[in-house]
Amino acid sequence: MLVLDRVGKTYPNGVRALDGISLAVAPGEIFVTIGGSGCGKSTMLRTISGLDPPTQGRVVLDGTIITAPHEQIGIVFQEPRLLPWLHVADNVGFGLEGYPKLERRMRVAGALDRVGLTDKARVWPRELSGGQAQRVAIARALVPRPQVLLLDEPFSALDAFTRADLQDHLLDLWADLKPTLVMVTHDVEEAIVLADRIMVLRAHPGRVYEEIACDLPRPRDRQSAAFDFVKRRVLAALDRSLDRGAPTVEEGETRAAAGGGLWW
Amino acid sequence: MTAGVEQAGVPQAASKAGAARVLRPALGLLLPIALAVLWEIAVRMGFSNGRLVPPPSVIWNTFADLAATGELQQHAFATIWRVAWGFLFGVLAGTILGAIAGYSALTYRLLDPTLQGLRAVPSIAWVPLFILWFGIFEASKIILIAVGVFFPVYLGVMGAVLSVDRKIVEVGRVFRLSGLAMVRRILLPAVMPAYVIALRAGLGLGWMFVLAAEFLGASTGLGFLLIDGQQLGKPAQIVAAIVAFAILGKASDWLIVLVSSPFLRWEDRFARA
Ligand SMILES: Nc1ncnc2c1ncn2[C@@H]1O[C@H](COP(=O)(O)OP(=O)(O)OP(=O)(O)O)[C@@H](O)[C@H]1O
Ligand SMILES: [Mg+2]
Repeated sequence: MLVLDRVGKTYPNGVRALDGISLAVAPGEIFVTIGGSGCGKSTMLRTISGLDPPTQGRVVLDGTIITAPHEQIGIVFQEPRLLPWLHVADNVGFGLEGYPKLERRMRVAGALDRVGLTDKARVWPRELSGGQAQRVAIARALVPRPQVLLLDEPFSALDAFTRADLQDHLLDLWADLKPTLVMVTHDVEEAIVLADRIMVLRAHPGRVYEEIACDLPRPRDRQSAAFDFVKRRVLAALDRSLDRGAPTVEEGETRAAAGGGLWW
Repeated sequence: MTAGVEQAGVPQAASKAGAARVLRPALGLLLPIALAVLWEIAVRMGFSNGRLVPPPSVIWNTFADLAATGELQQHAFATIWRVAWGFLFGVLAGTILGAIAGYSALTYRLLDPTLQGLRAVPSIAWVPLFILWFGIFEASKIILIAVGVFFPVYLGVMGAVLSVDRKIVEVGRVFRLSGLAMVRRILLPAVMPAYVIALRAGLGLGWMFVLAAEFLGASTGLGFLLIDGQQLGKPAQIVAAIVAFAILGKASDWLIVLVSSPFLRWEDRFARA
């Protein structure tokens, strides 16, 4: 069980990015956080990962307080961040140093197979497409079999088709070992396709605004009425979370230009 | 059908690539050879007497004569030996201090202003002092070369360490690499391309400084050949020494490229056709 207990984060420059975030994510749950730009989503993931420990409260994984990177917590960033000097297979196996050679090779081969990149094992990262690189990054994070996998807008740089494809890939991978997934996105449909639970974060400072259960049966049909219903709920909650009093003229214009509601 | 076409195409493409690999460096020889041939023709036709700028045939003969007496080898070896030691010491010091200054902000503040101040001194200015301190023989020459090599290597290594992408370092942190593993698995490979460039710049300065050192009193070395040629009015010997410098400089630079290329194959370079 991953628990955030009144987690707050104030950056050295005085920005209060998170304030009193409390939540519990069950093992194997897919927990998706959504919210406007700059509301503290990345900050929250970084505190959980131990890269940037919280300044108030604590992050607890199965009784252990997380203050530094932990072997049971993996993370996938918005960019693949592959090491350009290692072949794809060595990137995937990066976290397995110290494992017996055979085991390492088997796990890497297995992971590459699962993300459909077996033929790219001996290729340099620069020779991959964006979607392939991100699949390698996911494989690299999953190969040490962490209990919790954090994903920070992992598909936001990809086109809609590739994104849908990778969402399926992610669900496949998740079905294998059932790690806890804590994911950040700003794509409402992506949130509903993946999540067991959706949290809307509100900015200045980052606070839990609303939690929405999402228990549609999988695989989820984006066209179904039930999907649409959840989508409306999430959009409405997001819209409310973004309201800081009456919208200014500028804000109203930006919103109208972006087709209502989705201006982040 | 397709397979047949491919099979026929592959060996042809391979031999073409092989020919290209031989021909492409040869392309670089085209200009100097053309100039040499033109000059040779000009002298033979009597457009110039070639006394001050000797034609290639005369230079070649000088080369052959010097090589026959063993003089050329002796002088070239003396110069190579000095550059090699100076380069070694300069690279060692530059790498260690550059890495420390890049890694630790405190060391940087402590060290960098002094080194930048020393860098501002024209290095030849050290010569009288080095001769007083280390004598007129090899030690002072090697130290002067080491000083020349030191600065580009120090600056290159420090800059490379400072500019290692924080995002890549975070990958190392996520996988909980210890300090040493972080250096070996993230920092070292990340600075490698810049390091090779720094080494090449350092070596270039090494060749420059060996000449300065040999000008200021030496009885061996290619620099001595130059001075000797000037004093005895033998322009062919001067040009022969210059050509020897060019060949040695290029060859040593190529050696660095050759040795480092297996470590840099991953680099995403701007490929030129
Ligand atoms: N390293 C940092 N130092 C200081 N302030 C920061 C730092 N990182 C983020 N912030 C600030 O903290 C707040 C939250 O940033 P964060 O990156 O968590 O937002 P986000 O929700 O991930 O936004 P986005 O959707 O645009 O990625 C912002 O106001 C940002 O300016
Ligand atoms: Mg973010």
